[in-house]
Amino acid sequence: MSEKWVTKYIARSSAIASRMLGGEMMIMSAVDSTFFTLNPVASVVWQAADGCTPLSEIVTRNVCHEFEVDPETAYRDVEQFVEELSSYGILLVSEMPFPASATAPTEAA
Amino acid sequence: MTLMQEMSQRALDLGVPMSVHFDVTYRCNERCVHCYLDHDDHGEMTTAEIKRVLEELADAGTFFLTFSGGEVLMRRDFFELLEYARRLMFSVRIKTNAVMIREPEAKRMLELGVDQVQVSIYSHRPEVHDAITKLPGSLRRSVEAIRFLTQQGLRVVIANVLMTANMRDSAGVQALARELGVPYTLDPTITPKMDGDTSILNLRIPGAELGGVFHNESLVGNVAEFCAPPPPPDEGVMEGYPCSAAHTLAYISPYGDVFPCVQFPLPSGNVRRQKFIDIWQHSSELNEVRSIRAKDLTVCSSCSHVGTCTRCPGLAYMEGSMRGPSSADCEKSFHRTGIRSANMLRQGDGLSAGRDRSSASGPLIQIQAAVA
Repeated sequence: MSEKWVTKYIARSSAIASRMLGGEMMIMSAVDSTFFTLNPVASVVWQAADGCTPLSEIVTRNVCHEFEVDPETAYRDVEQFVEELSSYGILLVSEMPFPASATAPTEAA
Repeated sequence: MTLMQEMSQRALDLGVPMSVHFDVTYRCNERCVHCYLDHDDHGEMTTAEIKRVLEELADAGTFFLTFSGGEVLMRRDFFELLEYARRLMFSVRIKTNAVMIREPEAKRMLELGVDQVQVSIYSHRPEVHDAITKLPGSLRRSVEAIRFLTQQGLRVVIANVLMTANMRDSAGVQALARELGVPYTLDPTITPKMDGDTSILNLRIPGAELGGVFHNESLVGNVAEFCAPPPPPDEGVMEGYPCSAAHTLAYISPYGDVFPCVQFPLPSGNVRRQKFIDIWQHSSELNEVRSIRAKDLTVCSSCSHVGTCTRCPGLAYMEGSMRGPSSADCEKSFHRTGIRSANMLRQGDGLSAGRDRSSASGPLIQIQAAVA
């Protein structure tokens, strides 16, 4: 496990629209209307991005456990996913937990 | 196929109401000459009722939510409803005349992450626009509001309903849209009033003018392509659905009535008495609409335009049958391509639809011109 994951937290931006559709998350940026869909693994990470759960715990508990993926592969994939969504501003990344008011509510499946 | 089209297809396959048009009030501060609504309040849903319906829509999978009216800002709780809708993660669009939008309202809409605001503009000339809205100063107020909205960074689109009173002004409104830096859409749809009164259909633009619209490069792009004769329909066309109404789209009135679409006045249930998902899944009316394929259309299935016509089942319903033709769309296909529809040939006069002022529907087109 890479040490950098231990202290990272991810949170959904409030400037988005989102809904689950057939097991995949649809997301639209309210800033520029860019439209995204997440596959089931990424959707699980997205839903767990509550701003206060360490990313390492999300990967271990939600991805590795639910999808039977080895930790190294899971971390690599999640890292890529987090970087991509954060570059669009729809996922926030911090080394400290986020205050509750800064994040979007959880989307029901 | 774009990502959005893929998700729309998935919503269709799964029976998810991905888009809902929600009129939160029929009250309005304008009195547009072509409006089909009764603006008196006959018992609108309360704030709490609407919030509950929004929760039900989120649970049902609705993603795109359009708040419209009436004028949405006539509701004092509009921003409370908007905030609640955004907390439920809808992608929200607002249709408004914008007369009541000043800088604070524009800022609030931006803060709440509104996806788009559509503003109705009828003419670039105050004497024409204000005569249609019957509200002095309304053009000035609406244009000021567009500036407030765009200054905040909100996406605004101008909707230009075309009728006899303003049919020469579309180029002027297009130029205004360019000046304001916003997209422009044109729509010559005039529908009967809710009480069945068809007198306002006299405001429809004549067929010859419609032909001019379809052959206007600034509106349709490649005219030769847009006005090309229809290709022979294949099996996929005949097995296809007429439109998204009742498939992935629903309409809810301020009184809680559910319809297949805002332009399809087939009462299908009421969210004050039933949960939305129960109406969506079990309404016999919605299921009847869903059952119709192009091959089932009584006249249109034999029409050469069947694969390319924008036949509106709601307008057909208002003419007498949801499986029948919509003469307004026959007129549109004819003026676009010069080829008579099966319905026109059946009536023995290719131009009859264009002269029939008593028809219960109006031409239906929506063309969006690019910002220059």
